Amino acid sequence: MADNERIPTVIADDAHIVYKIHQAAAGSSSPLASFKRLTTRSRNANVREVHAVRGVSFVAYKGEAIGLIGTNGSGKSTLLRAVAGLLPVSSGAIYAAGQPSLLGVNAALMNELPGERNVELGCLAMGMSPAEVQAKRDDIIEFSGINDKGDFSSLPMRTYSSGMSARLRFSIAAAKKHDVLLIDEALATGDAKFRKRSEERVRELRRQAGTVFLVSHSEQSIRDTCERCIWLEAGEIRADGATSEVMKEYEAFSRR
Amino acid sequence: MTETAVASADAGLSLKELARRNGLSASGRLPSLPEYTRDLWAYRHFIRAHSSAKITSSLGNTKLGAVWQVLTPIINAAVYYVIFGLVLGGHEEMPNFIAYLCIGVFVFQFTQSTVQTGANAITGNLGMIRALHFPRASLPLSAAVVEIRNFVVALFVLMGIVLLTGEPITVQWLLLAPLLLLQSFFNLGLGLFMARYGSKVRDVKQLIPFVMRFWLYGSAVLYPVTKFRDVLSGWKLEVVEANPLLVFIELARHALLEEAVLANTPTVLWIQATVWSLVVGVLGYLYFWRGEKGYGRG
Repeated sequence: MADNERIPTVIADDAHIVYKIHQAAAGSSSPLASFKRLTTRSRNANVREVHAVRGVSFVAYKGEAIGLIGTNGSGKSTLLRAVAGLLPVSSGAIYAAGQPSLLGVNAALMNELPGERNVELGCLAMGMSPAEVQAKRDDIIEFSGINDKGDFSSLPMRTYSSGMSARLRFSIAAAKKHDVLLIDEALATGDAKFRKRSEERVRELRRQAGTVFLVSHSEQSIRDTCERCIWLEAGEIRADGATSEVMKEYEAFSRR
Repeated sequence: MTETAVASADAGLSLKELARRNGLSASGRLPSLPEYTRDLWAYRHFIRAHSSAKITSSLGNTKLGAVWQVLTPIINAAVYYVIFGLVLGGHEEMPNFIAYLCIGVFVFQFTQSTVQTGANAITGNLGMIRALHFPRASLPLSAAVVEIRNFVVALFVLMGIVLLTGEPITVQWLLLAPLLLLQSFFNLGLGLFMARYGSKVRDVKQLIPFVMRFWLYGSAVLYPVTKFRDVLSGWKLEVVEANPLLVFIELARHALLEEAVLANTPTVLWIQATVWSLVVGVLGYLYFWRGEKGYGRG
């Protein structure tokens, strides 16, 4: 078995992630109150720090598919972004082999532009060459199925239904091969027909990728794709082990 | 069997050591400068596509669409024509004041809009930064490219205005090309600087309009540059006349107008312009690169 080598691909070493949220001040936002805050050097109410991940350590090996579970706001997506190097860790470290890629459904695209130009823009943003983009463009539009009901790919994306734009975004993101693949809720997009197609695509990507991380609220897709599971709660690891065991604990916890 | 052996060997190591042994690199490590520049060069197609997408999408809601790219500078010039040409009736000591004024306004606006869009380049695209991997400098560069393209259109409008006011076409007009290059490089650096600074200190955006207005009055846009000579002397005059925007505007006037009164000889102006664009361009790039890994934090 090749797995016997146990080559680590992602290592998190006591990683903490803090990010700042700028917001319009609630409550006392009069100039006088702001001035008082500045002179007394108390914390700015407009900037709040969220300590989303608190000291997470794990080692992921080649060939593993790891599910991340936890209640809403437990830091799953934040942790994935940090593994991908998109969010900086504030202390500790995350090491990875090659460049992990995040397969998210919410990559920002331009709503005023037609779908086909968004495909080009998205592919270029993932680092493809113009020739590759040309070659893949039709496949991506075909796979997303947005042209099933007329020529939608030449219409601006703001005219798309939310399902359609989610499908197009997923198709763009899934067009690339990855070493370490991070999937964030991507399996839950679109209608039943598209979901089946996208699950097949993810399995294919998994075969090519070394290690897969999957964040999902669908227990079924975690059980189907992952043999190992990490349960995050309030930014800390509650359990890390075989999917069936961790799932059992998690279910007991969420039923309480 | 092998598994247990390796596992026990691993167990004695710290995670950091384990990562080092297997050749893993820290996510979010700052790339070296040549590495970063290479990455950025590989993303030139993205920068091009992103800037044209921005132009299309910003005009996508309007009926006239791309016509606005030409219309905006024309209306801009018309406003100044009405006030300074019709209402105030020109300037006695300055021949062809309308053309003189328009050149100043257009050249100044090129840098002004780059500063404004540059400050938004990171904060306005946080969603994209948190979702995708690419050299972050692509965003402020794309914003600066948008402004360069707008300015090229505006330049043609400007040449039309200058011709209408009775100036002849001369070989000197060719000097606009190196000038455009120098000011673009200056603007790229300034845009990169503003992008990082604006993402760190958000309050800066509230101050930009005032700083830019101060800069406008210091660049002899609305009145002849000789005014400074009348009221200032010594080092104060030198400081005002070393102002990069004043230098760029003077050079544009030198290129387009026959009888423009300049602050310095053209040679001095060209040297100043070159030094400014190299210094600001390179320093802005270095400053932005140093912050590369923090932009996702917001």
